[in-house]
Amino acid sequence: MKAKVFVSLKPGVLDPQGKAIHHSVELLGFTGIADVRQGKYFEIALQDSADRELARESVARLAREVLSNPIIEDYRVEIEG
Amino acid sequence: MKFGIVVFPGSNCDHDAYHVISKHVGQPVDFIWHRDTDLKSYDALIIPGGFSYGDYLRAGALARFSPVMESVKKFAASGRFVLGICNGFQILCEAGLLPGALIRNRDLHFICEHVFVRIETSDTPFTNEMTAGATLRIPIAHAEGNYVCDDETLSELQREDRIVFRYCDQNGNVTETANPNGSRDNIAGICNRSRNVLGLMPHPERACEDLLGSSDGRDIFRSLAATLAAVA
Repeated sequence: MKAKVFVSLKPGVLDPQGKAIHHSVELLGFTGIADVRQGKYFEIALQDSADRELARESVARLAREVLSNPIIEDYRVEIEG
Repeated sequence: MKFGIVVFPGSNCDHDAYHVISKHVGQPVDFIWHRDTDLKSYDALIIPGGFSYGDYLRAGALARFSPVMESVKKFAASGRFVLGICNGFQILCEAGLLPGALIRNRDLHFICEHVFVRIETSDTPFTNEMTAGATLRIPIAHAEGNYVCDDETLSELQREDRIVFRYCDQNGNVTETANPNGSRDNIAGICNRSRNVLGLMPHPERACEDLLGSSDGRDIFRSLAATLAAVA
């Protein structure tokens, strides 16, 4: 079983890296791209015997307390397998 | 009065802080390894600059989980003094001892230069030997110094006179062009509600010798020493 955690900057928090990527992508000739926001992605391997719902709660707590800073970031958890 | 300097893997301004306390403040000072948890012999702690844990995850995020940090929280709650400089400021924010967060500089660059900051209040243990409105010329050296917080936090900081330093020009004017990193309200340093915990991005410990271009930073350490002398 695997947990995926996506951490992204909250709307409105400045993302200069995303802006720089957006700028470069435009220079490369990609069109139709309105905005780029950079985030973080974590893959967490879970023991196969783990209870799915408990695992979800545990990973959500991990995402909330460690992987993201709630002042500036949001997170989303997916459990697979 | 005894000072402690908390050292994490990746701290790199610890010796500068040690030098300033031992030479310019003239007081006993120890290094405290981040696995140590006994802080009872100290009156003031400095969380120094550097790149604790390589800035992995977020600047200051992993240092927050070092064993010493629970003791630092208790130390601060007991009313003793904590000064976080640069990465130390980031750690104090991540640990929830100061509000807000420090994100990537507005223009992405790592900025290493002398800047001017205005002393916004002399009503802290770290600035009580200084005059509000006066400016200090001290260096910054950071990639994540852009202070952010929500509207509610900002108005609380303003209302409670907890913005201690703001980036300004050489005449003390707080302007957008004098803001090196995009910090909200030009904030360079803030204190907690009890005023015994201060975090700032500039490096006063690197500005204590005329030979190094400025000795303006000494006043912060002298203020703290004067506070401690008065308490003792």
